[in-house]
Amino acid sequence: MSTATQPAPGTTAPQRGPVRIDRRLPRLAPLGLYLAGITLGAGVSALTGFSVTSTVVYGVILGTLAVYVASRAVEGRRKASDRLVTCLVTTAFGIAMIPLVSLVYTVLDKGLERLDADFFSMSMFRVVGEGGGAYHAIVGTVIITLLATLISVPIGLMTAIYLVEYGTGRLKRGITFFVDVMTGIPSIVAGLFAFALFTLLFGNDFRAGVMGAVALSVLMIPVVVRSCEEVLKLVPNELREASYALGVPKWRTVVKVVLPTAIAGLGTGVTLSVARVVGETAPLLITVGLITGTNFNPFDGRMATLPVFAYYQLTQPGTATQAFIDRAWTAALLLIILVMALNVVARLISRFFAPKTGR
Amino acid sequence: MTATKAPTEPPQQQRAVRRPGDRIFAGGAKGSGIFILVVLAGVAAFLISEAIPALTAPAEDIPDGEGLAAYIGPLILGTLLGAIIALLVATPLAVGIALYVTYYAPRRFAAVMGYVIDLLAAIPSVVYGFWGLAVLAPTLVPFHVWAADNLSWIPFFAGPASTSGRTMLTVGLVLAVMILPIISAIAREVFSQAPALHREAALALGATRWEMIKMAVLPYGKSGVIAGAMLGLGRALGETMAVAIILSGGAGATVNLISNSNPSTIASNIALRFPEATGIGVNTLIASGLVLFVITLAVNMIARWIVNRRADFSGAN
Repeated sequence: MSTATQPAPGTTAPQRGPVRIDRRLPRLAPLGLYLAGITLGAGVSALTGFSVTSTVVYGVILGTLAVYVASRAVEGRRKASDRLVTCLVTTAFGIAMIPLVSLVYTVLDKGLERLDADFFSMSMFRVVGEGGGAYHAIVGTVIITLLATLISVPIGLMTAIYLVEYGTGRLKRGITFFVDVMTGIPSIVAGLFAFALFTLLFGNDFRAGVMGAVALSVLMIPVVVRSCEEVLKLVPNELREASYALGVPKWRTVVKVVLPTAIAGLGTGVTLSVARVVGETAPLLITVGLITGTNFNPFDGRMATLPVFAYYQLTQPGTATQAFIDRAWTAALLLIILVMALNVVARLISRFFAPKTGR
Repeated sequence: MTATKAPTEPPQQQRAVRRPGDRIFAGGAKGSGIFILVVLAGVAAFLISEAIPALTAPAEDIPDGEGLAAYIGPLILGTLLGAIIALLVATPLAVGIALYVTYYAPRRFAAVMGYVIDLLAAIPSVVYGFWGLAVLAPTLVPFHVWAADNLSWIPFFAGPASTSGRTMLTVGLVLAVMILPIISAIAREVFSQAPALHREAALALGATRWEMIKMAVLPYGKSGVIAGAMLGLGRALGETMAVAIILSGGAGATVNLISNSNPSTIASNIALRFPEATGIGVNTLIASGLVLFVITLAVNMIARWIVNRRADFSGAN
């Protein structure tokens, strides 16, 4: 307040009273100052060889500084630090948006090249250069993900039912805790587990899609349990009690009353957990591997999957390098589309299958 | 516990008419729960059983021929280095994002942005790897050169600068982008749960928005942010594909972040070498996986412990 020599614009006689609103920056002033700072930043950047990165860096620093100094001079220390934090927080948000935008743009830019009919209808069987597609990988991803879902959903759902409807005491707390811990298992460790399990059971050279499905299940089960548990908890107790009062056994209450009520949430939870594992690469890389042909049998032999296919196309291109890299980016684009689609489906499920409220 | 027991356990005389369907269903539910614990124990047991040959093997049989500790040591260093860079970069940004979405952005915009940031978490890691290799690494090369010229007195920036940008620094930043949504999701959750009465009381006393956040929101959300950061750390430690694609690794232990020779990380080393590994090499890789499992398990358990402790507190509010 000590340097307050400027009178606030447009004020004649500041009102005296319990609330003093005598000195304020005009509403758009901070934004203007910030933009001025960025312009200045572009100028400074131009002095040292212009680049977008340095413009943004200098601009953000100068803009923040301009807002802070102006606010400090006019509005005082407290308001100035408030504005400073607003600048910082907004900047943090802006910085976080950069990689997202850049990533989506890059994948679209490079992936659209090969997003054609061939990509969906051809495998890489006997393809060494251009052409070819990811048909075999798409088939493999669908089969392995379905298999993982078939393993995970019954176990996850029953566990959620146990936690909500039956569980008591230490076992319940133990399961909740370790399910939480399990969500943090690195995907590669899940892959190693599946590898070790099947090696002990069937010998060293056994490779099959089911290994990948087991590895994905280890990652998927805890997600299913957590989301189903949250949803089942939301089912009102009155429904259960009404059912018990009619003499319905507990298990029928769960199957006929609790689950139908929660079906929308369960569908959403399962879909999101599928979205979580469909792009997993590492566990499939070390269990299922990759082949160039199409394999429909998940219990015998290697299978191709979309993420592993993308990885090998990029890191081990053949002689026609560009063709391989194009296929890799298209596979990456397809993966993102798949994940986004699953997320949208999950949203739609929760919207359309939500229990009807009212009559 | 005694109060909640009543509805779940029927009174004495009803127990006689418990139907077999009930018993089967309850048994199935309980069995699934126990099965999950068995799986977790199984992960540890199978990894240990497959790692034992590497633990007992003579030093010269281990790949690189210098014993297990010399093999895994640099990998642990690389794993920690990448994860810590990611954590240092991502945590402040994530707190900023969470504050912006909960208390600064317009309501509608905030809801959309929250959803968009959640989508960031769903993008497969292999795609992050592609992006890091194709976009971020070349973009960071000038910074690598600048750091080698001006900051070489810091051991982390000793140089010589990599010309491809495929360094530990780039990896750390990609990992930061990957764990950002995890930390910010949890931070957002706890920030939005800060008691409305506290916030309104602060504002009513004339606090600016920042003072309100400092007094009412941050103290409440502190443990949530710490737990979120720990979960993010767990994810960064175990991240495989992005590191495997970007890092030009394989050199021994060094903390130099900007040169072409970096220590690899445990997870990416497994992904890169496993497909071609044979015999004792497989066991060695599984042993390194066991180390990773133990590290992430410890980090996650600490994180969950903090989260649960906080949940006990907030139950009172």
